[in-house]
Amino acid sequence: MTAPFRIAGKGRLGSAAVARFTFDGKSYAGLQGDTLASALLANGVHLVGRSFKYHRPRGFLSAGVEEPNALVGIERDAARKTPNIRATVQELYDGLQAVSQNRWPSLSFDIGAVNNLGSPFFSAGFYYKTFMWPKAAWKHLYEPFIRSAAGLGVAPDKADPDHYAARYEHCDVLVIGGGVAGLAAALSAAETGARVIIVDEQATVGGTLKAETGTKIDGKDGWAWAQDVANRLAAMDNVRVLTRTTAFGYHAQNMVALVERVTEHLPGPLPELPRERLWQVRAKQVVLATGSIERHMVFPDNDRPGIMLASAGRTYLNHYGVAVGRNVGIYTSNDSAYYAAVDLKKAGVNVAAIIDVRDNPQSAIIDEARSLGITIKTGHVVAGSTGRLRITGMIVKPKAGGPTQTIGVDALLTSAGWTPSVHMFSQSRGKLAYDEATQRFLPGTYVQACASVGACNGTDDLAAVLAEASSAGLSAARAAGVEGGAAAATPQASASESWTGGMLGVPQGVEDKKAFVDFQNDVTAKDIAQAVREGMHSIEHVKRFTTNGMATDQGKTSNMHGLAIAAELLGKPLPQVGLTTFRQPYTPVTFGAIAGHARGKLFDPTRRTAMHSWAEEHGAVFEDVGQWKRAWYFPKAGEDMHAAVNRECQTVRKTAGIFDASTLGKIEVVGPDAAAFMELLYTNPWQKLEPGRCRYGIMLREDGFIYDDGVVGRLSQDRFHVTTTTGGAARVLHHMEDYLQTEFPHLNVYLTSISEQWAVIAVQGPKSRDIIAPLVEGIDISDEAMPHMSVREGKICGVPTRLFRMSFTGERGFEINVPADYGRAVWEAVWAEGQKHGACAYGTETMHVLRAEKGYIIVGQDTDGTVTPDDAALSWAVGKAKKDFVGIRGMKRPDLVRPGRKQLVGLKTKNPSIVLEEGAQIVADPNQPVPMKMVGHVTSAYWSANCGHSIALALVEGGRDRIGQTLYVPMPDKTIEVEVTGTIFFDEKGERLNG
Amino acid sequence: MLLIRCPYCEKDLPEVEFRHAGEAHLVRPSNITEISDEEFEAYFFLRQNPKGIVFERWRHVHGCGRFFNAARDTVSDKFLTTYKAGEPKPALGESA
Repeated sequence: MTAPFRIAGKGRLGSAAVARFTFDGKSYAGLQGDTLASALLANGVHLVGRSFKYHRPRGFLSAGVEEPNALVGIERDAARKTPNIRATVQELYDGLQAVSQNRWPSLSFDIGAVNNLGSPFFSAGFYYKTFMWPKAAWKHLYEPFIRSAAGLGVAPDKADPDHYAARYEHCDVLVIGGGVAGLAAALSAAETGARVIIVDEQATVGGTLKAETGTKIDGKDGWAWAQDVANRLAAMDNVRVLTRTTAFGYHAQNMVALVERVTEHLPGPLPELPRERLWQVRAKQVVLATGSIERHMVFPDNDRPGIMLASAGRTYLNHYGVAVGRNVGIYTSNDSAYYAAVDLKKAGVNVAAIIDVRDNPQSAIIDEARSLGITIKTGHVVAGSTGRLRITGMIVKPKAGGPTQTIGVDALLTSAGWTPSVHMFSQSRGKLAYDEATQRFLPGTYVQACASVGACNGTDDLAAVLAEASSAGLSAARAAGVEGGAAAATPQASASESWTGGMLGVPQGVEDKKAFVDFQNDVTAKDIAQAVREGMHSIEHVKRFTTNGMATDQGKTSNMHGLAIAAELLGKPLPQVGLTTFRQPYTPVTFGAIAGHARGKLFDPTRRTAMHSWAEEHGAVFEDVGQWKRAWYFPKAGEDMHAAVNRECQTVRKTAGIFDASTLGKIEVVGPDAAAFMELLYTNPWQKLEPGRCRYGIMLREDGFIYDDGVVGRLSQDRFHVTTTTGGAARVLHHMEDYLQTEFPHLNVYLTSISEQWAVIAVQGPKSRDIIAPLVEGIDISDEAMPHMSVREGKICGVPTRLFRMSFTGERGFEINVPADYGRAVWEAVWAEGQKHGACAYGTETMHVLRAEKGYIIVGQDTDGTVTPDDAALSWAVGKAKKDFVGIRGMKRPDLVRPGRKQLVGLKTKNPSIVLEEGAQIVADPNQPVPMKMVGHVTSAYWSANCGHSIALALVEGGRDRIGQTLYVPMPDKTIEVEVTGTIFFDEKGERLNG
Repeated sequence: MLLIRCPYCEKDLPEVEFRHAGEAHLVRPSNITEISDEEFEAYFFLRQNPKGIVFERWRHVHGCGRFFNAARDTVSDKFLTTYKAGEPKPALGESA
């Protein structure tokens, strides 16, 4: 089975195995080693897509990553559908299934192509101007239409089943690009013994040698030399050769991000392999050998299928053995396209004519083309093309004007010269310099430890490239501190192809209408002219107005043309119009590669307490609190959340409840100056707190606002067991360390996080002492010996404990701290005892309700970073006689002491069954006009089964003076009447703490 | 990702081990209760945020835990030097 455009004996695929594939459901055969593009071209298929805006038929422009047109979907199975794959990059594998995009109902008959007829209407800025009116139409008409028409390809609708790997790597020299320059640089660096990584985005190294036939290095054919060097490098222990790997991001301090495509070229799926691997390489030195990219000629209807870059036509012929047509035209402004013409002619393909805009070009390759009998029309331009789904002819005329002539062709190769690929250099923050003579931007001022070699550095001659690259490789190794090895011999160019020159923009005498500059975004030379006419004078504005260079190819073929057209119309030198910034990534990178393993369960750590499994077994419903999973409530059969919480709340106050408080932050403050340190970090006095006693502490920031709170136990003269809010543990320790290390370094104190070392079982309720009594050893837990707010060390169930007598419920209560490993065992023992007394396990919701019944605040819920101790009715906790503590000055700022600040109060709804919404706004007069004057907001609100009515805490302006007054909470459907109360709703005298 | 030299560990380590901690060389007044509102404002709220060289604090939070100071150029994002807390501002000379 022979593909009709495969030329026997041409190309480097030799007798490769056949790979079968489908495109839009039709079966074809290609060869192993083909790209999807070369395989389709071998079968004579040029039409592969529709353009984004006008839905014009499009074929392949290039043979590489710069491809703007030939974007296809690759479908492996229901979940593995990847849109916008460049067919020129996708390697063929047996069974590959590709579909075209952006067409309906079919590629050859596409309804959306009516946009093309309306194209004068869809010119640059169309969206900005048109959809402004009428206003209402945006939401109902324009946006739905644009959304359905916009976008490229179809995103998969199932979760990505593949996995992606990530690696960090260090090296002495990273070489980006595996063409002639990169290989020569890598070789000379590697010979010194330096650790070298060389990356190339293609399946094999070789770069532009892929297209060439006339290059000889060290006496070998260029392509063969490249493969030999790669093999030599791969065999060296100090070298890593990464192909199918794109360097896409150049970050600070020579950190370069690479993405390696591990399985994209293989039939699959291969679950044992990652689909892609992200490399983050820290290189002491970087050598940029990123080559250059050919530009197309700009002329009307230059986008028909069959019109391609000359280098692409040559690559398909010389590497893949595929002729892009049988009767090929050439249109050029430099010598490189002549090589394509000569190679095609020698392969037996008819070359209809070479159209050269130059008046009198002279070179050996031109002479050779002429000697082969190829018609050459110098001083001529292509002014248009004919055909519909494939080019049928090129319309040629003299540049200076004159009659046009249509020359029949089935393919047209164009070249406007080559643009150095300075993307990575520019990403490294290097400054580009414009070289007037060759009309190109080249690396100017370097900011990072890197060097550019070869075509990306504007070095055109092969011998010069080899010398420059060898020298740069050696210099990079030496600069990286590698002393060993001798300088390797520079590879010698025995024969070479080279060219310079070209042109930017639209040739003289050619219309700009439908002369495409940016194929993927359908930007024409006329659009750019219009942008300039409408006042866009900076290239950044031209870019945004026209979308030139903003597609997935990021203007690799179009940016310089667009810039030149704008500069000419503005009458300014090109560098003054500016160059848009080169941003990462160099080519599109999948989200999968960037996310790596950080997805699903591995996205964020989950923290579970020692008693988590018990709660799970006992039917707990969990809630997320930061990274913690906390038991929210424990529903019995048939109970909803409301019923479970009511039961738990009542049980705690009637008998007892057991609660997992392990997530509380815990910090041990130890040292001779521990009390002095506590004095400075908390508002309370600590020096006189006796060992064995506890105190509720408030921590402020220097600005005087509440930062954290918690109960602190003094275990001994020099040791405090500090608790923090669950969410505040890490930042409170950071805050403490900050002051200890930088403001109070004279204090001899050590701070240790002990949050995860101690599991905490809270036993709260009238029966709490009875429950724990049989389990505690060596601690007298009578009220006389261990009153409320005290702490003892001893044993429980035979394991060490720090036993706190404290309460966050208002009931008699204990918090049993045990080493985390014993958490579940002690919990089970406590639970068994609790069962005898009718105790229940309760969750965080009940904890919240019970504390609110007592008016105990939660920092971060009832405070928001602008609440002072006085606002929260906690002035009693501020040591009046203290000379200093963090926040002492901030608290006295005028705004923090003015009357009328928001203060924490209680709210009772007039209708006791209505529970307010947390965050609801409060007003004094519900009948005032909107916008109303809001006097406060609800911070906590619950149904209290113990009180028999709803309860709420709120921050209200001058709140304490309003106690007894009626305020209003306007809601969308009603206004709720509330009475301002004190913050304590249950057991106002606090008798139950010892009850 | 930047590499930051911890002056205590004496190693260049990845940025993710560190946490930025604001402007350096601000000293909490020892007589803080006596200072005026304007002095408090200057101490607590006002910051330089220059374009160019900043002196800033970092903490090797996922390492040795120590706070230290750094001189960094906000234009190039390059660290000129790092030094221990309590040491004076270094003279940057030529490298600045």
